[in-house]
Amino acid sequence: MAAADLDIQYVAHLARLDLTPDEEARFSAQLGRILDYIAQLRELSVDGIEPTAHAVPLVNVTRPDEVRPSMPTRAALRNAPAQANDLFLVPKIVE
Amino acid sequence: MWNTLTISDLAARLGRREVSAREALQACLDRIDQVDGRLHAFLSLDRADALAQADEADARRARGESADQPLLGIPIALKDILAVRGQPLGCASKILHGFISPYDATVVEKLKAAGAVVFGRVNMDEFAMGSSTENSAFGRTGNPWDLDRIPGGSSGGSAAAVAADECLAALGSDTGGSIRQPAALCGCVGLKPTYGLVSRYGLVAFASSLDQIGPFTRSVRDAALVLHAISGHDPRDSTSLPEPAIDCAAAIHGDLRGIKLGLPREYRIEGIDPEVKSAVDAAVRQLESLGAEILEVSLPHTQYAVATYYIIATAEASANLARYDGVRYGLRIDGDDPIEMYARTRGAGFGPEVKRRIILGTYVLSSGYYDAYYLRAQKVRTLIRQDFLRAFEQVDALVTPTTPTAAFRAGEKVDNPLQMYLCDIFTIPCNLAGICGLSLPCGFTREPRLPIGLQILGPPMGERTLFKVAHAYEQATSWHRQKPPIQ
Repeated sequence: MAAADLDIQYVAHLARLDLTPDEEARFSAQLGRILDYIAQLRELSVDGIEPTAHAVPLVNVTRPDEVRPSMPTRAALRNAPAQANDLFLVPKIVE
Repeated sequence: MWNTLTISDLAARLGRREVSAREALQACLDRIDQVDGRLHAFLSLDRADALAQADEADARRARGESADQPLLGIPIALKDILAVRGQPLGCASKILHGFISPYDATVVEKLKAAGAVVFGRVNMDEFAMGSSTENSAFGRTGNPWDLDRIPGGSSGGSAAAVAADECLAALGSDTGGSIRQPAALCGCVGLKPTYGLVSRYGLVAFASSLDQIGPFTRSVRDAALVLHAISGHDPRDSTSLPEPAIDCAAAIHGDLRGIKLGLPREYRIEGIDPEVKSAVDAAVRQLESLGAEILEVSLPHTQYAVATYYIIATAEASANLARYDGVRYGLRIDGDDPIEMYARTRGAGFGPEVKRRIILGTYVLSSGYYDAYYLRAQKVRTLIRQDFLRAFEQVDALVTPTTPTAAFRAGEKVDNPLQMYLCDIFTIPCNLAGICGLSLPCGFTREPRLPIGLQILGPPMGERTLFKVAHAYEQATSWHRQKPPIQ
């Protein structure tokens, strides 16, 4: 898990995040130092330790499966960058 | 002058009809006009809506409807991360350009139900990522004690607005210290409640296993009043604890006899400013003289907290921020296909710190690295949480500095993210453990004169102990009554 493992172009693609060449260079250097710092976690033995995903004593919070009023379509579309026929418009996905 | 009072004091005067809610709000608006051009705590402000709420508060009081409304007519500002129906919500980011909230956050509903005048959008680090409010896409906020210095972050606008008397209280959110750290650096009271005590419905998510909403106030009692109004179970937040609203007023009295306070050995680190250390040492002696028993305790995994946090918080952020893709709201930069549109939109809309964290979070979750980083961090989180739960078997609360130093100069750490992360070394463990923490003023540096914060940490649902200890200390000192020089 050396910092050099971070292929920033590949990770930025996974994150769907355009970076400029300048950002790639700067973030690579900064994240390298952060990953070096994070590497100290390797000192610890975590054998047999259960992971903590969150710190509340709650599991499987459910509610009755009942139909309830929801946000009207017009309100849901109010912030849409592009819309038509009560739908969000996006670039063509399939030819 | 109404804007300079505590909530308790203004509520009493409103009750006696010495002042109207409209006059109190107007005093806040006048103060904003006077100082905010230089302070820049507010990103935007809907004056007409705020005045209408104040008039409604006055009308309710005139009709005798004030009994169940402890905050009737109290002006409270909101961090730009909380949804208010019909108002902009931007998280100080360009990617949410033009977004108008379609609903109220639960805390906003509750504040309004308690009669508060909920107003303004106050500045923050973009998406709550930062410790200085310099990561706002709309300019930094000044520290009211020295405008060339940072107010802390990420809720820097909330802290600065309360410290500069622009509002009576403000809400912020705390993921790794984003309430307590700016409260300490601006000289006000800030509370991060126990995880799950305050509903996060309508809070924009940063790191969902860590985020909590809490108040900024000018007194400990005021923080308890606001917490009472905003806490309690909410079925719309699946992490909401099955607890009623917590009323800590009854706990706020008396001395500290019978209370055991722990000093964590591992918080005595190098790099802590000598003036901060001596202020906190003096506060501990004061707490002892108020009757508390002081013990040394150990939190052995403290040194791993910052590393653990920056894996878990960025991993969760990379997932939570996937929703900003240009499809349903906010900024869109067109592309030839959806993937290109997502990447261009996100590249243009997010600022540098958000991008860094998305990259780091995506990396630690990616195939081949998940076990080495994310899973290991979750296990270390277990060890950190166990440290606290063991300490709370010996003591009722822990006492630490809130921050290693007072407010630093703007620009000082912007090019060194790791140095910026280490500002939160004393506040981060609390979020990982899901416990509660409060910061209150405990002194000043000499030259320049800058506030120093004392942090009190309590076990899950230990807010009553926090308030009891903090109030006893506050009553014995005058730090909280000092006002910053901004005019």
